[in-house]
Amino acid sequence: MSNTLFDKVWDSHVVRKIEGGPDVFFIDRHFIHEVTSPVAFLGLKSRGLKVLYPERTFATADHNTPTLNQHLPVEDPLSANQLKALEDNSNEYGISHWGLGHQKNGIVHVVGPENGITFPGATIVCGDSHTSTHGAFGAIAFGIGTSEVEMVLSTQCIMQPKPKKMRINVNGQLGKGVTPKDVALYIISKLSTSGATGYFVEYAGDVFENMTMEGRMTVCNLSIEMGARGGMIAPDETTFTYLKDKPLSLKGAEWDKAVAHWKTLKTDAGATFDKELNFSASDIEPMITYGTNPGMGMGISNNIPNAEAVEGGVATYKKSLEYMGYSENDSMIGKKIDYVFLGSCTNGRIEDFRAFASIVKGKKKADNVTAWLVPGSHEVEALIKEEGILDIIHEAGFTLRQPGCSACLAMNDDKIPAGKYAVSTSNRNFEGRQGPGSRTLLASPLVAAAAAVTGVVTDPRELL
Amino acid sequence: MAYDKFNILKSTAVPLPLENVDTDQIIPARFLKATERKGFGDNLFRDWRYNVDNTPKESFVLNNPIYSGKILVGGKNFGSGSSREHAAWAVYDYGFRCVVSSFFADIFRNNCLNVGVLPVQVSAEFSEKIFSAIYDNSNTEIEVNLEKQTITILSTGEQDTFDINSYKKDNMLNGFDDIDYLQSMKGEIETFANDLML
Ligand code: SF4
Repeated sequence: MSNTLFDKVWDSHVVRKIEGGPDVFFIDRHFIHEVTSPVAFLGLKSRGLKVLYPERTFATADHNTPTLNQHLPVEDPLSANQLKALEDNSNEYGISHWGLGHQKNGIVHVVGPENGITFPGATIVCGDSHTSTHGAFGAIAFGIGTSEVEMVLSTQCIMQPKPKKMRINVNGQLGKGVTPKDVALYIISKLSTSGATGYFVEYAGDVFENMTMEGRMTVCNLSIEMGARGGMIAPDETTFTYLKDKPLSLKGAEWDKAVAHWKTLKTDAGATFDKELNFSASDIEPMITYGTNPGMGMGISNNIPNAEAVEGGVATYKKSLEYMGYSENDSMIGKKIDYVFLGSCTNGRIEDFRAFASIVKGKKKADNVTAWLVPGSHEVEALIKEEGILDIIHEAGFTLRQPGCSACLAMNDDKIPAGKYAVSTSNRNFEGRQGPGSRTLLASPLVAAAAAVTGVVTDPRELL
Repeated sequence: MAYDKFNILKSTAVPLPLENVDTDQIIPARFLKATERKGFGDNLFRDWRYNVDNTPKESFVLNNPIYSGKILVGGKNFGSGSSREHAAWAVYDYGFRCVVSSFFADIFRNNCLNVGVLPVQVSAEFSEKIFSAIYDNSNTEIEVNLEKQTITILSTGEQDTFDINSYKKDNMLNGFDDIDYLQSMKGEIETFANDLML
């Protein structure tokens, strides 16, 4: 029988099927962080339950950590309290914990793959919706709520109805200055933020086959922004090369055995999907968003659409543009920028810093721009130094902060002030996402770099 | 976390006819710093509800005394965005037991079911009918019957049905949660885990 990649991984993790209900779904790897886990541990305690497989759960502090002076005590007592709770709970239940200051600390979806915790065919969950990132390795990975965190801790299972299947094919050659982020923002702009709700997506076609693991992670990361529970890409040599010799990857004969199995994890010819979409790489430009959800994006050289031209409610659309201080038919090129944020689990990896550096090299940061460059992990930070990127960005007038989620969700002090415009490489441009009243333009690291040196929205192709 | 059983809910409703209401609006990230499940209702829709100086924004529906009740009626694609269960807690803590929309984001819907808020997905037409009934008369009562899977505008008798899987339905009718179920099959889970390669 012909099966999809998704079916193969899903079906092999169903412990029990409930008639008229969800599947009891086994979880191979579970990530926790300080924000969505404390209440789950309280739940365990109040029921007197243990953690069933502590070796399958990994804790890292990232959502609510400072990105400056991490060696000092955390000032905000509430944040410090959450970090302490994560540490105490991890210690109490025997869970490995990469807290603030730990050499392996960083954003959960950056450190997981970097250390070989993520692997093809795995089922992976975390109390963070961008867990979909790990799908880049051919894993089924998705975000869960705190009740489900408690379920995984206590039973290593959650209850999930099996989603429908969608395949998105993108073929052809990507143009100059078009990055994986642009591919994802393009697809979301076509599907809207609810276009894939109820589905699990497989990305296929030569555009994804030719992408690096970093690029695939960026794409899978953004699956949730089109409403999908997650997205995945079949593992191949690129995947195996990335994972080989990572600290927690299998070694020797066990590795060989695993790779042989992972090679079978692809969609068979003739397998069917509930929905299949095709896009052409040559239609994709560097993208930018102009509104308050990630579906409100367009090629950077286009003008903001008319309310009548977009699907959905005119009132909601107008409210969104009003919040942004933009009008229908405006061109985005030349719009003034106050902040640039390079970072997050979407675009906080080494490739993203390389891309940023490729534009700012030999130029100077614009005076009107405040730039926050935040590596996704200490490992990314180390590579930035090793590869000489730090020197390039210093010469251009930028500084590097310490790893964490930072302005992606602005729980720490990295908040964009009310009314200010930020070009951000993160994943959400919701009202106030980056700080109360903040206005976010989502884009690639190249577009962010172009804005950082010119002070306005600029087509990066002109600077490449 | 245990919650109240849900059977028939008869209540007035609060209209919020905006699309794509995301979880950052339902509960902004800066209110996620608690280590206990307490007080989230106060910050439900915080930035729409209050000015920066913490005075209420009069134009926002939760500050309008005409509208109240245990049912929140939202626009299409309600609850998109982050996986934070805090959003569902905030809805529950504020006093809502049911959210009605013509379309829900997946994770939010799941989280609601896990904390005892019933997500009722109705047709786009029926959602319009509810809005106009409430705007005609804010005292309009809506009845949600979980057993029968129906939602009725009591003043007009107009009715729609909604889907819920039978497992979740039983849970809500009895106030059970998934952990109770999973605990009961631990042996089966352990056998399964022993057979896995990694
Ligand atoms: S960077 Fe943003 S999206 Fe990624 S894990 Fe952190 S908060 Fe979530």
